[in-house]
Parts: sequence; C-alpha cells; structure tokens
Amino acid sequence: MATHTEIRWHGRGGQGAKTAALLLADVAFMTGKHVQGFPEYGPERMGAPITAYDRISDEEIRVHSNIYEPDYVAVVDDTLLHAVDVTKGLKESGGILINTEKPKEEILPYLKGYQGKVYTINAREVCMRTMGQYFPNTPMLAAIVKISGVMEPDVFLREMESSLAHKFAKKPEVLAGNMAALKLALTEVR
Amino acid sequence: MAVRTRMSGNEAVSHAIRQISPDVMPAFPITPSTEIPQYISTMIANGEIDTEFIPVESEHSAMSAAIGAGAAGARVFTATSSAGLALMWEVVYVAASSRLPLVMAVVNRGLTGPLNINAEHSDSMGARDSGWIQIYAENNQEAYDNMLQAYRIAEHAEVHLPVMICQDGFITSHAVENISLLEDEPVKKFVGEYEPEHFLLNEKEPMAVGPYAVSNYCMEAKKAQAEAMIRAKKVILDVAREFEELSGRTYGFYEAYRMEDAEYAVVAIGSVCGTTKDAVDRLREAGVKAGLVKVRVFRPFPGEELAEALRGCKAVAIMDRCESYSGEGGPLGAELTAAMYRAKLAAETVNIVYGLSGRDVRVEDMERVYDDLRKMAEEGLRFAQYPYLGLRE
Repeated sequence: MATHTEIRWHGRGGQGAKTAALLLADVAFMTGKHVQGFPEYGPERMGAPITAYDRISDEEIRVHSNIYEPDYVAVVDDTLLHAVDVTKGLKESGGILINTEKPKEEILPYLKGYQGKVYTINAREVCMRTMGQYFPNTPMLAAIVKISGVMEPDVFLREMESSLAHKFAKKPEVLAGNMAALKLALTEVR
Repeated sequence: MAVRTRMSGNEAVSHAIRQISPDVMPAFPITPSTEIPQYISTMIANGEIDTEFIPVESEHSAMSAAIGAGAAGARVFTATSSAGLALMWEVVYVAASSRLPLVMAVVNRGLTGPLNINAEHSDSMGARDSGWIQIYAENNQEAYDNMLQAYRIAEHAEVHLPVMICQDGFITSHAVENISLLEDEPVKKFVGEYEPEHFLLNEKEPMAVGPYAVSNYCMEAKKAQAEAMIRAKKVILDVAREFEELSGRTYGFYEAYRMEDAEYAVVAIGSVCGTTKDAVDRLREAGVKAGLVKVRVFRPFPGEELAEALRGCKAVAIMDRCESYSGEGGPLGAELTAAMYRAKLAAETVNIVYGLSGRDVRVEDMERVYDDLRKMAEEGLRFAQYPYLGLRE
C-alpha cells in the first residue's frame, strides 16, 4: 500500500528546524520517495518560533498547503511547549518527538491530553558526547526517522554518510562526529 | 537522460540559468528571489559559468543595466520580487518598448502594505500592461521548464519582447520537491546561441535605442509592439512543442485538468493549482464533475482559448491571488469574464480573491469552492461580487 507521511517541525529561528525539515526531505528522496520540505515564513528572527513541514510519499505530491493534521510532530526546543500548541491537529495514530533534558513525565502535562505516542530525546547530551557542539537538528533528524519509520535506520545512516561525506569532504572529523551523533540518537530516543 | 533530483524552485531557476549561461546578469537582492542571484553569483565565482554579474545599488539600476546590456547585443537575465519589481517600474516599460528579449525571474510576493514577504501575484499582475510576456508556474518543475523556453520565445524574430518567468514566493521558491532536470548539452542545443539582429555594438549599423518619438511615429511603434505580443502566441506554442520532444512534458497556454466533461471549473494561476488538482480528484471520486484550467501564459492573454476550454461548464470560479482595488475583482477575473462574454458562454461565474500575502489555501478550501459552484448552478446561489476565500470575519 502506498504510504504518505506528514511531519511538522517546531523550532526557534536559528536552531535549524527548517534545515532539519529540508534534510529529511533530502534523505527521503535518496530512498526513492516523493518529497516536499518547506518552511512557513513569518516575521521570524533569531529565537522566534518557526514552523517547517515535510511530506514524504510513494506518490507524486501536488498539494501546496501547510500541514494541519500531521502524522508526526518534532519539537526542537522544549521552551516552545509553553508558547505553541504543538499537538494541534496531531494524529493519535502518530506521535510527537520532543528535544528535552527533562524526564517524559514533566513534558506530558503540556501535551493537552494527547493520546498518541510521546518520545523524548536529550539532543544536547547526544551532541556534546559526539560532536562537542550543540546542533540539535542532527540528533532530531535521526530520532524522527526512527519514530516515523519513513525509512529503515540503516538505509538512513548509509544515505546520510554519503551525503555528509560530500558536504564535509575537507573536514573528515566533522563527518565522524555527525555520524556518531546520528547513530547515538537512534538509540537514545525513548 | 533526465536527471531525477530534488531542489527548491529558486534552485531550479538557477540551475536552468547555469545551463543557459546568459552573457550578463545585473541584480539586486529582494526576498523571496534573493537566492537566485546568490546561487548564480556562486556559480560564477566557482567558474562554472562565465556570465558577467553586475551588482547594482537598486532594482531600477538592475533593469537599466539589463536594458543597456540587451541593447548592446547581450543575452541578459535578472530576478526580482514585489517592491523590487515596483522600483523597476519606469524601465520595465522601456525594456519592452525597446523590444529587448530580456528574461526576468519574478518570484511572486505581494506589494506593500501591510508589509509582508509572502506569495501574492500583485507584483507581476501590476506589470501586466508593461508589454512583457508572462509565464507562470505551478511548481519547481514548471519554473525550470518555463525558464528553458523563455529565451527561445523572447529572442524569436517574430517576437523580440522580454519575458517574465513567475513562480509563487516561498510556496514553490523555497520548497524542496522532486524534479526532473535535462542534461546540459541538450539544453544548450535547445536554447541555442543568441544572434541579435540589431545591436549597439555593431559598428556596421549605427543606431539609437530608446530615442524620443513624435506623435506621428509613437502610435505606430506601440501598435508594432502590440502585434509582436499577438505573434508571440504562435511562438509560445511552437517552442512548447519542441520542448515536449526534448523533455516529454507538455505545455501550452493553459493546462486542462479533468476538463473533458467538467460541469464545474476553477480557473487559477500558480501553486494553488496543485492543491486544486487534489480537490478535483476527491470530488471526481464522489461523482462530481469537477475540473481545473490552470493558466500558464497570462501575457499574451489567451482569452479565446481559455473561453473555449470552459465551454460546456455550468459554473466557473475565476481565482485571483491579487486585489486590484477596482471594486470589481482581480485581473484574471476581469479579463477572462470579458473573453467568456465575447465567446457567448452562458456559465455562471464568480471571481474569488484568495491567498493574499501568503494566506494558506487547503484542499478543503477548494472543495468548498466547487460546492459553491454546484449551488450556483443548481440552487441559484449568488455571490455579491466578489468574495474573498478564507477571510477571517
């Protein structure tokens, strides 16, 4: 059966939520999917809440609207939970992924009784252990791939490695750190 | 061999320009078209193309430099949006009346105010009477394909007019989607070398470009320009046919989607057409005879052809992503309704203004438009001209 997955990203300007959405579209394309990755532009600036979207499908994507009933939501910054209705329209058959250092129990009260699956990841810890710098979208990307099942994790890692190897041809140490972060994130999402 | 990849609409246009490698590109950045000069100046810096990039201090200067380079005999490209196009205004007309085959990517964004950066057609629609050919895209693929066809149309001996290649700001310019690209060599062969007939750097033919014309000559010059716009119709179709042989993709003045037996039709321009196609499919499954006419070429305006495509429809919604403050609706509504009247069509029509300043349009919104069309035809529903789609009350 043909699958069609819709994902909404919440982040703050400068954290890379848009980049993460575009990277996910990119890597999903590499596995033969039809993709659409796009940001929603408001008057954003560093730190302001921003939204980005992905559609990943076995069939051609023609619709050009925002996503109102996503299968999955990724929240790059847990301070957004106070400011944004992150579970709005989120399908209960899907799930939400939140980057936080807090235990899941402290997050649940912000999710307005959402009945689907709730996942958290401590992206800061993953980043510091692997790259020594905080780029939350790297672990978030791996985590959303794992929870959404839009592609097999080993296929994901293979495609990311080839794409990052090209991007960081002159900085092999950056490649190794990124790959370690992706791999660790696949096991650290819970 | 086609190259299947993924990129944004701005990347797609820039990729086409890399393949065409025009002689000169003057440009001034403005959201959401800024990425185009960014990508292309990077290609130039990396030595991928030898286009002469002219950084200028305003869009008026960008178009002025484009006119100078075009008059000298160069193949010229520039890109802009919104207020950038508005600032070019005076010289946009000069480019067309000087019969210069310039090509400009317009990444559509509303004109101020309120100040906003999102998709709307008020910028290029404002320039609809400037004498430029205008071709619009639904998605990144069409933006790319239209760009590849632009110079063939502009430079054709029967035309000699500048061309705007338009796409919706952010909605397609910044969305990464699948795309099928052509390889460099077939593109270069298709677009060909530019051999200007009359140009300032030709020492054997001294000439003036853009001099004063007295009333005795001016009207004839304008008529000649208008005739060229009419002749562009045949050229646009000829180039599209040749492009189809190359790419397998079909283009014309418009695309008719499930119109064979359609009773209810939407006529629209740009990215909303993809969303509307999904609505048409849903309605067709429910037994509603819905169809879409997507306008690709707005200048020259294919009024007769569009009216013919709508013959047989019971009700038609004409969608404008632009407010013209006439009190009567938008530009597509005005021109198409006139064409339908001349073609003696009896369909009920409604002109709908939608998507201003990037207001999102969902598949469900378009389903409601079709539902209103059915009510117009069957239940006598009448709208006060003219409704806004998705307006907050």
